[in-house]
Amino acid sequence: MKRKLLSTLVAAAFALGAGSAGAQISDGLIKIGVLNDQSSLYSDITGSGSTVAARMAVEDFGAAAKGMKVEVVAADHQNKPDVGSNIARQWYDTDKVDVILDVPTSSVALAVSQVTREKGKAFLVSGAASSDLTGKACSPNTIHWTYDTWMLANGTGSAIVKTGGDSWFFVTADYAFGHALERDTEAVVLKNGGKVLGKVRHPLNTQDFSSFLLQAQSSKAKIIGLANAGGDTTNAIKQAAEFGIVKGGQNLAGLLVFLSDIHGLGLQTAQGLIFTESFYWDLNDQTRAWTKRFAAANGGKHPTMAQAGVYSAVLHYLKAVEAAKTDDGTKVIAKMKDMPTDDPLFGKGTIRADGRKIHPAYLVEVKKPSESKGPYDYYKIRATIPAEQAFRPIDQGDCPLVKK
Amino acid sequence: MDIFGIPSQALFGQLLIGLINGSFYALLSLGLAVIFGLLNIINFTHGAQYMMGAFVAYLLLNKLGIGYWPALLIAPLAVGATGVLIERFMLRKLYKLDHLYGLLLTFGLALIIQGLFRNEYGSSGQPYAMPEQLRGGQNLGFMFLPNYRAWVIVASLVICLTTWYVIERTKLGAYLRAATENPALVQAFGINVPRMIMITYGFGVALAALAGVMAAPIYQVSPQMGADLIIVVFAVVVIGGMGSIMGSIVTGFGLGLIEGLTKVFYPEASNTVIFIIMAVVLLIRPAGLFGTQK
Amino acid sequence: MAAITSPTAGHELNHQRTAFIVMAALFALAPLIAYPVFVMKVMCFALFACAFNLLIGYVGLLSFGHAMFFGMASYASAHSAKVWGLTPELAILFGTACATALGFVVGSLAIRRQGIYFAMITLALAQMVYFYCLQAPFTGGEDGIQAVPRGRLFGVIDLSNAWSMYLLVYAVFLGGFLLIYRVVNSPFGQVLKAIRENESRAISLGYDVDKYKLLAFVLSAGLAGLAGATKALVFQLASLTDVHWSMSGEVVLMTLLGGLGTIFGPVAGAAIIITMENYLAQLGAWVTVVQGVIFVICVLAFRRGVIGEIANWLKKPL
Repeated sequence: MKRKLLSTLVAAAFALGAGSAGAQISDGLIKIGVLNDQSSLYSDITGSGSTVAARMAVEDFGAAAKGMKVEVVAADHQNKPDVGSNIARQWYDTDKVDVILDVPTSSVALAVSQVTREKGKAFLVSGAASSDLTGKACSPNTIHWTYDTWMLANGTGSAIVKTGGDSWFFVTADYAFGHALERDTEAVVLKNGGKVLGKVRHPLNTQDFSSFLLQAQSSKAKIIGLANAGGDTTNAIKQAAEFGIVKGGQNLAGLLVFLSDIHGLGLQTAQGLIFTESFYWDLNDQTRAWTKRFAAANGGKHPTMAQAGVYSAVLHYLKAVEAAKTDDGTKVIAKMKDMPTDDPLFGKGTIRADGRKIHPAYLVEVKKPSESKGPYDYYKIRATIPAEQAFRPIDQGDCPLVKK
Repeated sequence: MDIFGIPSQALFGQLLIGLINGSFYALLSLGLAVIFGLLNIINFTHGAQYMMGAFVAYLLLNKLGIGYWPALLIAPLAVGATGVLIERFMLRKLYKLDHLYGLLLTFGLALIIQGLFRNEYGSSGQPYAMPEQLRGGQNLGFMFLPNYRAWVIVASLVICLTTWYVIERTKLGAYLRAATENPALVQAFGINVPRMIMITYGFGVALAALAGVMAAPIYQVSPQMGADLIIVVFAVVVIGGMGSIMGSIVTGFGLGLIEGLTKVFYPEASNTVIFIIMAVVLLIRPAGLFGTQK
Repeated sequence: MAAITSPTAGHELNHQRTAFIVMAALFALAPLIAYPVFVMKVMCFALFACAFNLLIGYVGLLSFGHAMFFGMASYASAHSAKVWGLTPELAILFGTACATALGFVVGSLAIRRQGIYFAMITLALAQMVYFYCLQAPFTGGEDGIQAVPRGRLFGVIDLSNAWSMYLLVYAVFLGGFLLIYRVVNSPFGQVLKAIRENESRAISLGYDVDKYKLLAFVLSAGLAGLAGATKALVFQLASLTDVHWSMSGEVVLMTLLGGLGTIFGPVAGAAIIITMENYLAQLGAWVTVVQGVIFVICVLAFRRGVIGEIANWLKKPL
């Protein structure tokens, strides 16, 4: 009985406290949580660089001058949905975090999106790719920044099929992201008149691709599509070189490749790879200037598109909090969708009702070693895909938030 | 030509890859078999020591400019030395106790080693350049065989057979086997048994490190590389017979082949087939296919 | 592997009763100071460790694959709650039943061997379960089963209320713990201890040793399953981590640290390890290193474990 009374009192105290802060910033503090992979497969793509990007956004927003207290915390989800959702839950429940950012690995992003929705907070995805986040798993508390599997599939897939790569074999990472990427790319290939000759699934974090590559070789498909990311992609590309796949007349299509992967592979191995990204540090003067500041704070490493996305998302989030005068997750997300976006990295863009951020995408090709003037000078921009065409049309996603 | 509905090209290719994997299994299980067969220690640290071998090779190349061929000798010696220290200062204290404490100790050591390396290097893995002489490959018709992978098969066979010969057919080997069967008696003959045991453990560890160096150019040199491999290697040793050197070698290669075959006909089961075989063998013949019940 | 404990006399039982009351009170008050989800996690793992300890501490069998029962029950419970819409108590029962059935199958195979071979068999079978879970569509592979509804207990009590959920987990934990206590201090438990001390003598006394070992194994598996099934509802997630062999290693660590063969040891061990993991989480891989160091120290110098040392100092079994 005593316990019940005590808990009731505690609950009442919370309720009172929460009620009075309804139209204000909770606890007087905006707490931003950067949750990503800091020690494993995707640590170079996101990792501590994303935290640097978040802090830069807080600085550039001028929070201190506006009298807003903003704090950035970070954690490692190790690419495991249980670890990620536990950290998210603890952050929301006890550590007063208001918004979570980044979260590579689609299975973790889906779990965190769920927790965020339950708690009415905000989730800005920059690292994960599954287009389900704005499709059947869309949520009024989640915005998908930077890129998604549909954008990648559409950009890379159609470009390759149109230039003659019309028979495909998929080597797919066996989780949400891999399946989504394979599904979206297959749809594009078929739509453009190509054929899919076969598929093979591999576990996440595979070291030895020899068996899968052999199957790809014997399928005689012109294009081997790598529906995976990070270390899996680089491993597959390296071992493909070892097994003479490209010499044998087949080509590799990296469906999700980041600047850090090319840096790790080296131009000798990676030259000629074609893929799609939504940010490159060398696009224009603004991106170059920003990259200089970023690299100085990030040990010389240039930003990947996921890290750039974190910057852009935090900036827009803070603007929305300022405009809406609250850090209540659902309200801020709604405000973010109302306001058009503008930042030095992605230019002007918008956020749709299904939570998808729209901006242009770029088809890039990796330079030959002779064409590169220095470290990180890796891409040639082959084409720019305008924002309206880069992402899946809003009515094709089965998102329950979108009125038909 | 199709065998059971699979084009023979694909079949032979996967079998060859299976053989390559089998070489690693054989090399790794050799060290484990030596340690268990002669010392009755279950060395759970084996995977971490394999990983250390690869890392020593990586560091030798990147910090000291020492290439692959010298690394094949230096890394096993270096890691073997750490093995000697482990035996002398930790394992020796556990001989009077239940064998399972040895398992727990080596399990703990594996966690420590893997954790330390993960802290230092992250999980992504470091690249290790393939030695010049072994680059490129041969077109065998049914598949393109990289030279390096061919080297792995050959080297593994040579090392395994040499080790087996030394232990089973030479005087040194005879002393070793006698020392572990009846230490008190052998010690009474004037042979320094504790030192032999120490060196034997170090040797088994060195074999693991050697496998690590050989793995470095084709697999990523990462702190996790040994962790999942170790359980498969245990299965190999158990199936082969925990006391039998030849059993581990034959089983290692054999299991690599069976795994390769499974990948062709029923890929979903390729991870579990080894464990199914292990469970069956343990039930029918717990001493293993080639082992003798102690 | 553990010290021989003398048959409990009346006044020694008081000691254990006091310890039990202290433990129950601690867990009752904990959610007021600590994060309730965290304490629920500790209770689930404490039950898991107690179940594991039943096998190693009292029968002397080291199972290196106990995660398969924990994880399989977690998946079964999550699936039944999410896809079949079972109420939480039925989901937990279903999960436990699955683990018990799996325990029977695995136990029948593994019991035939002892010592190292037993450990290796359980490890191999656990790996098979892991790879099965990796492939089977219902587990969701790397994604796991997410968004598991907590539902309404008995169709009435809404478990999304943190306090109700806590009470459920508390009840499950204490229930499981008391069951183990009863088993250990019963004639059945005495026979188990006899088997651990000297199996051949137990056989010569006419006990069907295999049946006893199998029953203990199934009991251990079922209770591990109970822990796993409850955990799935606490976190509303079932994932591959639950069936991975590192989870088996963790429960060994918890029991070893707490004290093999003591009643309260696994609870203490689980509490310490989970707290440590929580606070060291920022340090990433240091957690693994610390776990390894604890293993090594426990094996070399601290074999009785925390509760074991306390019990030794008090000269009373705990």
